[in-house]
Amino acid sequence: MDQHNNSTKDEMDQVALTIGKILQIGVIISAIIMLFGLILMLIDGDGGYANNYFPTNFSEVAFGLLTLKPYAVMMAGVFGLILTPVLRVVVSIYSFYKEKDFLYVTITTIVLIILMICFVFGVKG
Amino acid sequence: MVNFVILMVVIGFFAGIAGSILGIGGGMIITPILTLAMGVNIKYAIGASIIAVIATSSGATIAYLNDQVLNLRVAMFLEIATSLGALSGAILTGVLNPRYLYILFGLLLLFSSYNMIKKLRGRKDPTNKKSNDKLAEKLKLNSSYFDKVSMAKVDYQVQNIPGGLAVMYGAGIASGLLGIGSGAFKVIAMDTVMRMPLKPSTSTSNLMMGVTAAASATVYFFNGSIKPQIAVPLALGILVGSVLGSRIMQHLTAKTIRLMFIPILLYIGIEMLVKGVF
Repeated sequence: MDQHNNSTKDEMDQVALTIGKILQIGVIISAIIMLFGLILMLIDGDGGYANNYFPTNFSEVAFGLLTLKPYAVMMAGVFGLILTPVLRVVVSIYSFYKEKDFLYVTITTIVLIILMICFVFGVKG
Repeated sequence: MVNFVILMVVIGFFAGIAGSILGIGGGMIITPILTLAMGVNIKYAIGASIIAVIATSSGATIAYLNDQVLNLRVAMFLEIATSLGALSGAILTGVLNPRYLYILFGLLLLFSSYNMIKKLRGRKDPTNKKSNDKLAEKLKLNSSYFDKVSMAKVDYQVQNIPGGLAVMYGAGIASGLLGIGSGAFKVIAMDTVMRMPLKPSTSTSNLMMGVTAAASATVYFFNGSIKPQIAVPLALGILVGSVLGSRIMQHLTAKTIRLMFIPILLYIGIEMLVKGVF
C-alpha cells in the first residue's frame, strides 16, 4: 500500500515537472512579447494607432505585428498569456494519459470541454 | 506615459506578491485602485483585473510546480465544479439579481473570516492524518508537500469532498456572474471545508483561478475591454511579483499567511455586502 502511494507520488512529480516546464516556456514567451511591445510603445511615444485605438481581433493584431505597431505586439503577448492556463489543461490530459491514470484523463478532459463551452458561449454572448 | 507605466508595474508587483501568497487574484483590490485612484473606466479596470488574475496564476504556478506544493488532482477535480459554476453564472446573468448574490457571498466571506480567526487561536494547523475519506482515496486526492519552514514532508488527507465541490460551484457562479472573488472562495473550500493544509490550498487555488479566468478573459479580449497600455505593464509587474511571492510564501508559517488572509477576507466580504445593500 505504502509503495503504491509512493509510486503515485513519484509519477505525480514527473507530471508536475513536465507541465511546469511547458508552462514556464509559455509564460516567458508571452512576457517577452509584452515587454517588447511595452518598450516599443515607450520609444514611439504612442501605440501606433490613431485616437488611442487598439486591435481586438486576430487579423488586426496580425497586420499590426507586420508593421510592429506597439499595441498589436502588446495584445499578442496578452493573448499568449490568456492561453497559458488552457495549455496547462491540455498538457495535463497528456501527462495523466502517459502515467495511465485514465480516471484523471477523463476528469481533465471534462474540464477542457466545459472550458470550450464557456468560450463558445462567451463569444456568442 | 512613462510615469503611468512605472506606476502600473509597481502596483502589479505588490499585487502579485500578495496574490500568490494568499491564493487570490486580487481583482477586488486592483479594480478599485484603477477606478478610484487612477480614474480608469470600470470596463477597462475589469478587463485589466482579469488579466491580473491570469498573470498571478501563471507566475505563481510556474514557481510552485517546481516545488511541488500544489495538488494537481485536487485542482482538476474541483475545476469541474468551478467551471460548471462559471457557466451557470454566465447563463443566469439577467435572471438572478446580483444583489442577493453579493449579500450571500459577502456574508459567507465574513463567516469564513470568523472561522479563520477561530483557527488562529486553535492549535497548530491540523494535518488530520487519521481521517480516511473513501472518496478522497478513490480519487487519489491525498498527497504531501515539502514544508520549507519545518523542513519536513507533510502528508495530508482530504475530506468532505461534496462540501468542497459545493463551495467551488458557488465560487464559479461568483466569478461567472459577478466576475470577482473566486480565489478567496477556492481557498475557503480547500482549507476550511476540505481540511487541506493552507499552503497547498493557496497554491492550488492559484492554479485553478487561472484556468477559470481564461474562459472569461477571451470574451473580454474580443469585446475590447483589455486595454494594452493598462493590462501589459500591470501583468509584467504581477508576473515578477507572483514568482517572488510564491518563493516567500513557502518560508512563511501557515499562521502568518492566515493573519494576512483574514483582513483581506473581511475587506472583500464588506465590499460585497456594501455592493449588495446599496
